[in-house]
Amino acid sequence: RMAEDVKEESVTSNDESDLAASDGSLNNTMLTEGSCLLRRMEISVAEAEKRSGKNAVSIQETYTVYLVETRPMDAIAEGHNPPPDSLWRRYSEFELLRNYLIVTYPYIVVPPLPEKRAEFVWHKLSADNMDPDFVERRRIGLENFLLRVASHPVLSNNEMLYHFLTKEHGWKEMVYETGFQAKADSRLRALSATFRVRSPHKRLVEMKHYSDGLQSHTSQLLRARTRVADRLYAVYKVHGNYGRVFSEWSAIEKEMGDGLQSAGHHMDAYAASVDDILEEEEHYADQLKEYLSYAEAVRAVCRKHELSQFELEMASQDLISKKQQREELATGIVRTFSLKGMTNKLFGQEAPEQRDAKLNLLEELIAEGEETVKEKTAECDEHAEKAWADIVRFKDQKDKDLQEALINYALMQISMCKKGIQVWSNAKECFLKM
Amino acid sequence: MSVGAPRGLASSGQKLITEILHPLSAAEEPLSPGPDVTISAEKDKEPGLTNGTPVEISSPASASVLLSRLQLDGDPEADAHDPFGSGEPRDLFVTVDDPKKHVSTMETYITYRVSTKTTRIEFDLPEYSVRRRYQDFDWLRIKLEDSQPTHLVPPLPEKFVMKGVVDRFSEEFVGTRMKALDKFLKRVADHPVLSFNPHLNAFLTAKDLNKRQGLALLTKVGESVKNVAGGYKLRARPVEFCAMGEYLDTFSQKLGTIDRIAQRILREQSEYLTELREYGTVYSTWAGSEEQLQRPLEGVAGCVTTSCGALEDLSDNMSQDFLPVLREYILYIESMKNVLRKRDQVQAEYEGRLEAAVLRKQEDRTPIPVEVEKCQDKVECFNADLKADWERWQRNKRQDFKQLLTGMADKNISYYEKSQAAWESLITLLQEKQTEDKTSETN
Repeated sequence: RMAEDVKEESVTSNDESDLAASDGSLNNTMLTEGSCLLRRMEISVAEAEKRSGKNAVSIQETYTVYLVETRPMDAIAEGHNPPPDSLWRRYSEFELLRNYLIVTYPYIVVPPLPEKRAEFVWHKLSADNMDPDFVERRRIGLENFLLRVASHPVLSNNEMLYHFLTKEHGWKEMVYETGFQAKADSRLRALSATFRVRSPHKRLVEMKHYSDGLQSHTSQLLRARTRVADRLYAVYKVHGNYGRVFSEWSAIEKEMGDGLQSAGHHMDAYAASVDDILEEEEHYADQLKEYLSYAEAVRAVCRKHELSQFELEMASQDLISKKQQREELATGIVRTFSLKGMTNKLFGQEAPEQRDAKLNLLEELIAEGEETVKEKTAECDEHAEKAWADIVRFKDQKDKDLQEALINYALMQISMCKKGIQVWSNAKECFLKM
Repeated sequence: MSVGAPRGLASSGQKLITEILHPLSAAEEPLSPGPDVTISAEKDKEPGLTNGTPVEISSPASASVLLSRLQLDGDPEADAHDPFGSGEPRDLFVTVDDPKKHVSTMETYITYRVSTKTTRIEFDLPEYSVRRRYQDFDWLRIKLEDSQPTHLVPPLPEKFVMKGVVDRFSEEFVGTRMKALDKFLKRVADHPVLSFNPHLNAFLTAKDLNKRQGLALLTKVGESVKNVAGGYKLRARPVEFCAMGEYLDTFSQKLGTIDRIAQRILREQSEYLTELREYGTVYSTWAGSEEQLQRPLEGVAGCVTTSCGALEDLSDNMSQDFLPVLREYILYIESMKNVLRKRDQVQAEYEGRLEAAVLRKQEDRTPIPVEVEKCQDKVECFNADLKADWERWQRNKRQDFKQLLTGMADKNISYYEKSQAAWESLITLLQEKQTEDKTSETN
C-alpha cells in the first residue's frame, strides 16, 4: 500500500549535500541527491519467528524476530528477479533505530512504531504479545514504519537506516558509537521539565495544540470502537442460540421441520461471521493507532523547538546581564541594585587592575555569548523552518491516509451489511419453505 | 390516539376487512379505504342499534350437523380428512380497531371499536359497529369456554398488568393489546363452531353488553361437562392424545426458549445502540478540529447515526410485533392443554360410570343406564371435535410461524439495507472528494 503511494508522490528535491556527515547522512556515491531510499530499494518485513535465548542478564526468554528483506530496485526494473537480502531484527532494534532518528532529527516528525503492548483490546482479542494475530499485525506495522522512513525526504538518507537494513551484526554497536544516547538523555530531562517561553512560535504552538487534540480524538475513538466491538460481538453470538433451538424444535415438527433446521444453520453461520468482521476492523484500529502515535511525535517536535527557543532566551538573557555588568563596571554607575554594588559602595571599589581584569573577562564572555546567541538564533530559526516544512508534509500525509482509512472503514461496514443481508435472506428462504 | 389497522395473521382472515368486497354488495359499490369501517357516512360512531335479539340456534354439538351447514369449497390447502377446512367461504368478518380512552370518576379505561360484516341469518343486520373494552372480551372468552368446553377457545392477551411497571395507556401497549384482541376475535369468527355461539352474537351486536344477563343457552353438553366432578381416574388415554400432549409440552418449552433468546438479543442490541451513539459523536467532535477531514468524519458520524436509527426500528419491531405473538402462542398452548385435560376427565367419567354399571348388571341384571351411553357419546364427540380443532390449529400455527419468522428475517434485512445505503452514499462522496483533491493537487 505504502509503496504505491510513494511511487505516485513527486519527489521533493532537498539539498542534502549541505548536511554535514555528523548529521548522519550518507556521503556515499551510491546515493543520488534528492531521491529517497525507497526508490532504490524494495523493502519488506516478510516474516516473523519465535526465538529463545539468554538475554543480557542471562535469563532465558522467548521473543519474536522479524525478517527484513531488501532488493535493489534497478534490478527489479530490468526484469530480473533477484533473491532478497535479508536479516532478522527484534522489535527492540526497531525501537533503537527510531530513538536514534528522533534525537538526530529533532525537527522531523518521525514515523511511529506499532504499539509495544496490545492496547484498546476488546475482550475476545488476545492481549498477549505472543499471540499470532498480534504478531502478524505488528509485522505489518513494522513494515509500514520502514516504508515511511525510507520514503521520507530527510530521514531516508540516514546512514544508520541503511545499515539497519543491510548490516545484521554490529549494527547496534555502530548506533551506540554515534553517542546519540547522551544527547537523548539530556534532552529528555530538559523536555520533561516545565519551562515557559517568552515569545513562542505561533504556528508551532498551534500545531502543538492540534496534536493534543488529535491524540485525544484518536484515543477516544479507539476506546469507543472497542466498546462497540464488544457489544456487536454479543449481539451476533446470541443469535447462535436460535440455531440450537430451531434444530430442537424441528425434531417435533412434520412439514415445518426441514425449513426450521436449515434456518437454524444460517443462524449459526450468522453468529460465526462476527469473528472475521471484527478481525478485519483491527486493521482500521491499527491505522488510528498509528496516528495516535504520530500525534505524540508532532508534539515532540514542537516541544523540542520550545526547548531550543528557551535555551536561546536564556542565552540572550545571560548576554544582556553580562553587558549590563560591563556597563556598570565601565561607567561606575550602578543601574540595578546588586549586592556587589552595595559592598563596593560600602567598602570601597576595587583596584583599577582588578577592574580591568574583570572587564577583559567580561568582554570575552560577551563575545562568546554573542556567538552563542547568534548560533542559537540560527539553530532555532532553522529548526522552526524545517519543523514547519515537515509538519506541512505530515498534515498532507495525515489527511490522505485518514481519508483512505475512513473509506476502507466504510467499505468494511458495507461488506458487513451485505453478509447480514445474505444470511437473513437465506434464513427467510428456509422460513418460506416451512 | 390513532393506531394503524391491525394486521391479521394468515390464519385468522386472509385480508383486511376493508379490502374484501361486501358479500351483499353489487360489484360497483366501492368500499371506503382505510381502517374505518362505517356503516354509512352519516351515522355517528356509535349507531343506535336495537339490541341483538337472542336468536334461536340449536348449538351444534356434533360435527355432522355442522357438515350439513357448511358449504365446502374445494380448498387445495385443506387436508382431505379435515371437515373444518380453511377453504370454506367466509360469511362473518370482524375487526377490532380505533382505541379510545374513557375517563370517568371511578376509573379510566380503553374501549375498542368492534366492527362486523356478515351475511349470516343469525344476525339481523349485515353490519354492526359497537365499542367494547377488555373486560367484555374476557366475558366472551369465559362464556365460550363454558358453553363449548370441547372446543379450543383462542387465548386473550394477559389481563393484569402491573400498574407501576407498564403504562396501560401508552400507544405501544394499547396497540399491541388491540392487535391481540383483533386476532382473538378473528380466530373465534373463523371457528366453524364457536362463531355460531350466541354469546359471540351478543358480543358483536348488543349496544350494551349486559353481562349479568346470562343468555340461558348453555347446552346440555356444557352443563354436564361442567358438573363432572374430579375423582375419576383415566385408564388409557388414546395414543393420539398422548402425542398431542407431548407435542404441546415440547413446543411450549421451545417457544419459551425462543422468547428468552429474543429478549436477550433485544437487551444486547440496546447496549450496542448506546455504545454506537457515543461512537458516532466522537467522530463529530473530531470533525470540528479538522479541515480536510471534516467532511469525511462528519460523513462517518452521519452513517453511524443512520445505522442507529435503523437498529432502533428493528428492536422496536421485535418487541412490539414478534414477542407478543410468541407469548400469545404460549398462552394458546396452555388453553390447548386445558382442553386435553377436560377431555381426559370426560373419558375418565365415562369409564368410571361404565365400570360401575357393568358391575351392577353383573350383580342384579340392571341394564346399562342411558346416562352411561350418553357419556360415551360425549367422549366420542369431544374426541372428534378435538381432533378437528387440532388439525386446524396445526395448520394455523404453521402459517402463523411462517409469517412471524419471515417477518423477523425481513426486518433484519431491512436494517442492513438501510445501513448499507448510508455507507454506500458516503463512499461515493468520499471518492469524489479524493479525485477532486488529486486534480487540485496536480494543478
